[in-house]
Amino acid sequence: MAHLDDPPPERSSPTAEDYEAAWASPEFIELRRRVRSFAFPMTVAFMAWYFLYVLLSTYAVGFMSTRIAGNINIGLVLGLGQFASTFLITWLYIRHADRKLDPIATELRNGLEAVQR
Amino acid sequence: MTDIGNPAVNITIFAVFVIATLFIVLRVSKTNKTAADYYAGGRAFTGQQNGLAISGDYLSAASFLGIAGAVAIYGYDGFLYSIGFLVAWLVALLLVAEQLRNTGRFTMADVVSYRLRQRPVRTAASTTTLAVSFFYLLAQMAGAGGLVALLLGIDGQGGQRVVIGVVGAIMVFYVLVGGMKGTTWVQIIKAVLLVAGTAVMTVWVMAKHNFNLSALMGAAVDRAGGLEELLEPMNRYGASGTSKLDFISLAVALVLGTAGLPHVLMRFYTVPSAKEARHSVTWAIAIIGLFYLFSLVLGYGAGALVGSEEILNAPGGVNSAAPLLAYELGGTLLLGIIAAVAFATILAVVAGLTITASASFAHDIYANVIKKGQMRANDEVRVARITAVVIGAVAIGGGIVAANQNIAFLVALAFAVAASANLPVILYSLFWKRFNTSGALWSMYGGLLTAVTLIVFSPAVSGKPVDPATGRSPSMIQGVDFHWYPLDNPGLVSIPAGFFLGWLGTRLSKEFNQAKYAEMEVRSLTGAGAEKEVQH
Repeated sequence: MAHLDDPPPERSSPTAEDYEAAWASPEFIELRRRVRSFAFPMTVAFMAWYFLYVLLSTYAVGFMSTRIAGNINIGLVLGLGQFASTFLITWLYIRHADRKLDPIATELRNGLEAVQR
Repeated sequence: MTDIGNPAVNITIFAVFVIATLFIVLRVSKTNKTAADYYAGGRAFTGQQNGLAISGDYLSAASFLGIAGAVAIYGYDGFLYSIGFLVAWLVALLLVAEQLRNTGRFTMADVVSYRLRQRPVRTAASTTTLAVSFFYLLAQMAGAGGLVALLLGIDGQGGQRVVIGVVGAIMVFYVLVGGMKGTTWVQIIKAVLLVAGTAVMTVWVMAKHNFNLSALMGAAVDRAGGLEELLEPMNRYGASGTSKLDFISLAVALVLGTAGLPHVLMRFYTVPSAKEARHSVTWAIAIIGLFYLFSLVLGYGAGALVGSEEILNAPGGVNSAAPLLAYELGGTLLLGIIAAVAFATILAVVAGLTITASASFAHDIYANVIKKGQMRANDEVRVARITAVVIGAVAIGGGIVAANQNIAFLVALAFAVAASANLPVILYSLFWKRFNTSGALWSMYGGLLTAVTLIVFSPAVSGKPVDPATGRSPSMIQGVDFHWYPLDNPGLVSIPAGFFLGWLGTRLSKEFNQAKYAEMEVRSLTGAGAEKEVQH
């Protein structure tokens, strides 16, 4: 806490050697794989779904205006679907992070921050 | 609007809000000791508090008044517009929030310059931060002027200027005295008021239509004389092939811009850990999503209960839909509350932008580039406070000049610049091993320059045909035409340009620091060595 105001930011606890050792460890490689194997495909998926929705709204107005029930049309349902998918992906990510990421990250962090004491 | 509502009631409710928040700001500012207190609120907010504050920071007047108004007048397209603002948060959640919290201290530049050459990269990152904040500030201050005409019954330029000045002065006071803690509490209070106010109105509107969304939409169509297009896309953006392309450009900028907005990024430093940063975004997504769903109901509700003709004839035009609906539902008192919420919205967003821009100048340019880190921490905070006053003055001046500009356009611009100049370098520096100083500079300056150039030569600035109804061109500058870029929004070209130039610049340089890369990656994914919460 005493060093909080000492710039620049890289003056933190573990040493460069500690970081390099951790970086090469199988635990860290597994952590990186778990972070990326969730975040990257999911980003591609929600972007594709968002742009599909945008393109349908722009160039398939007739299709989007098809009534389903009363004044509710396909456009409204797909739009609400964007809300639903955003909430769902948020929930899935929180679950993934709590179960698959936090335990490894915490262990690595505790190891690194203990090294220099 | 002069014949409905009571300006005295509106001003009284707003004054109560200002006094209550000033009291809180003064209380929390007692624990402002270090730079981490001033810039990051001691990193002691919970994820839930920060999620509320992020919502308060993000839901600007353009969101609150603009989206409800767009739904009321154009129908579905207003809803379509709001979706990009929500989905964008997944980029922040999955790719940015936690890594940023673990790696940086106070600003975006901390992360981008972590393993690169400090001075050039910090200068560039601070330049783009200030540019985005400036466009966003202009939008908010321009909105404040219009809101005054609408809600306080103050017509005429003189009165509006006085109010812009007062808004600016209150905001600078919050930031100077309260720092990030004060700013955060203002944003939290505003978010609670905004969500509560819109929730009450939403339930009220739904109750009037038997809690049947289809019936509500039908009523809006009937009120508009059977205009079925209100339920269908492209009522607003579908005029021509160019306007459709402009909408797609806007959609790209919205979804990629959020995670590059400096005032949003800075909020992730106010929590103690990456896990709390994650929870911040979760709360923000829930609140912001709920708010846009309310906006859909409020928009159709205003269309059904107030009518589009009356909305367009009110002083604030499209932006008056939500306040007019409040008056229709709950009379003078509800209008007063909603008016105060709208003001609180502008104050909270402007305060967030001011602290972000002043932190970037003081921490990146002054402390790390000019002083190369060789000064006492108190000096940095002192410079940040002086900068906040300067930014406040610029915002007041800019707000007066930009008073009649289109708010939604200015906000879209800020998003486009953020997505072109900030997001590429943030993602590259976090996830691309090979990324280097050359790539960062090419991407930030190239993205910024491309975006700004395309804006200057867009029809938004010059060359739109004169509207016979008003006798003015909707372009910013009247009577000349130097536009050659066909779209209002630059995102479709400038965002890919930012990513491409970052890649190209990286390929042109051999710089690579394995040790720093390993350190940054381990720190960003595990939080080892990350900044800790301040203990008092």
